[in-house]
Amino acid sequence: MWKYCGKKIIETLIVMLLISFFSFAIIYIAPGDISSMYITADMSEAEREAVLEKLGANKSLPEQYLGWLEKAVHGDFGVSLSNKASVAPQLMRRLPTTILLMGCALLLSLLLAIPLGLWAGYKKNGIVDNVISFISYIGMSIPSFWLGMLLIILFTAKLRILPSGGMHTVGKESLLDTIQHLIMPSLTLSLGTLATFIRYIRTNTIGQLAEEYVLTAEAKGTTAPNILRKHVLKNTLLPIITLLGMNLASLVCGSFIIESVFGWPGIGMFAMSAIGQRDYPIIMAYIMLSGFILVMGNLLADILYAFADPRIKRGIDRANGK
Amino acid sequence: MENNIIIKDNSFQRMEHKEQEVIGACRHSVWKDLKRELLSNKVALVSLIMLTIIVIAVLLAPLSPYDPYAIDVSQKMQGISTKHWFGTDDYGRDYFTRALYGGRVSLLVGFCAMLMTVTIGTTIGVFSGYIGGKLDMLLMRFTDIFLALPSMLLMVVMNALLQPGLVTLIVVLSLFSWASVARITRAETMSIKERDYVCAVKNLGAGSLRIAIKHIVPNILGPVIVAASLGVANAILMESSLSFLGLGVQIPVASWGSMLQGAQSHILDAPRLAFFPGLLILITVLSFNLLGDVLRTALEPKIVE
Repeated sequence: MWKYCGKKIIETLIVMLLISFFSFAIIYIAPGDISSMYITADMSEAEREAVLEKLGANKSLPEQYLGWLEKAVHGDFGVSLSNKASVAPQLMRRLPTTILLMGCALLLSLLLAIPLGLWAGYKKNGIVDNVISFISYIGMSIPSFWLGMLLIILFTAKLRILPSGGMHTVGKESLLDTIQHLIMPSLTLSLGTLATFIRYIRTNTIGQLAEEYVLTAEAKGTTAPNILRKHVLKNTLLPIITLLGMNLASLVCGSFIIESVFGWPGIGMFAMSAIGQRDYPIIMAYIMLSGFILVMGNLLADILYAFADPRIKRGIDRANGK
Repeated sequence: MENNIIIKDNSFQRMEHKEQEVIGACRHSVWKDLKRELLSNKVALVSLIMLTIIVIAVLLAPLSPYDPYAIDVSQKMQGISTKHWFGTDDYGRDYFTRALYGGRVSLLVGFCAMLMTVTIGTTIGVFSGYIGGKLDMLLMRFTDIFLALPSMLLMVVMNALLQPGLVTLIVVLSLFSWASVARITRAETMSIKERDYVCAVKNLGAGSLRIAIKHIVPNILGPVIVAASLGVANAILMESSLSFLGLGVQIPVASWGSMLQGAQSHILDAPRLAFFPGLLILITVLSFNLLGDVLRTALEPKIVE
């Protein structure tokens, strides 16, 4: 078991290294040099050299990369090119905002997906199931930013009950105000995850309902809602752990887009403006941070899943020859 | 009581030849399976009709009397009318014509990215599965890493920093989606290369390449077609997101995604600009997703009843 965890952690580290090298290489070969922002036409050759030397821009890709990596593992992601402030604190300040949005979306999709998925699985191939399945298909196929725009049209332009963007109304700092601002972005962000969860829980429920313990429960007179709630639910929730980990990717990437639709002041919007300004240190730091969240999600899911399900744990131990 | 034990005459049955269908022996060719399933399944049929309409409309775009790029300020922001079916945009261009031309770009990117994805994925998958051993292990590690990469983020960065355009878009999209196809085709290849007929062909003296192309690829076509259908859906969705962020196709060329980007600033005064391109994306992607799922059930190796 520990060997399995160790293997997973090493894999995760390798992926992180590759992500960083990959993005660094893209930035290195991208047209437009960092130094062009510092060098002016009236500088002498020596001054130019000095600037290049200071930025490290005259070194080769591996040298630059190793230099960056060494600092990065110590939490130093350099200085922003546009506002000359240190990158890491700027990102960290905006991280809670994004986490709040992602957390709400995740919670929302879980709260909706569990009952809907169970219901659809219980009424397999009935009208309810077909309607729920169709909705989840739409959830998978709809461009999230378009859904966001539709919500803005409906709730802001037509009904005028929700604000179209931002996190606070100017001058108002109440909790209710933040919640109002949170509704549309988290709803939009949750739809994709919701669709995947519903489909997964539905399939699982159908599988579990065919098991013999359900028959036993029926035989002793347990009612259908109780069977679903007390017996089936527990067994369908286990795979959700893995799904949670895997869907972190779509949440992280989704929040990137959703934040720019709703003007949500998180790290996604920060990174988006950095991309526009070609602010490389921020872009790198953002990729590393999101990559980290994502990869850690997968890692935790893998390990938790193995711990939560004794069958898998035993399988891994057996594979390792115990 | 004793009467019961005695076997009566009528409890015997005459042996006769009965026509009984052989269960499970017959598996039709992939294309026949496909055709039957597509025509008998209502969902598939509707999706197919939708897609056909969209593809034909998009191909016939030059028949429109309007120029998708000609700016005419006197006609700007017209509402929906018989003259302009979707109205006009903020530059006075006919929005319906723009949507058709945008569809050309979106579908082109979707199809090309899918073709590249499937080609790269199948090649790597079949190679890896057929040759096996060290090469297989190496290729699969490589594939695993690509599966674990946060593709959307890297796509955003690549598109933002490299020369933006159609080709970049297609290459980047397929670069980050071939891995899952490779995984599927590898698994299929592994199971098929152990079959007797492959052994027979090998003994007849066929080379590895010939076996792979003529005997293995046609037999893994089912999962590949499913992956292709879902792949188009995914590519179109990704393209629209990237173009929406301004990182995809560049103006004046439009795709559905970039039209939505333009519509964002008029969301409060002209919501129709945002409505139509998004609806087209939704219908197209939904149809491809539904088709993919119907095909998956249809092509799964199963007993044909």
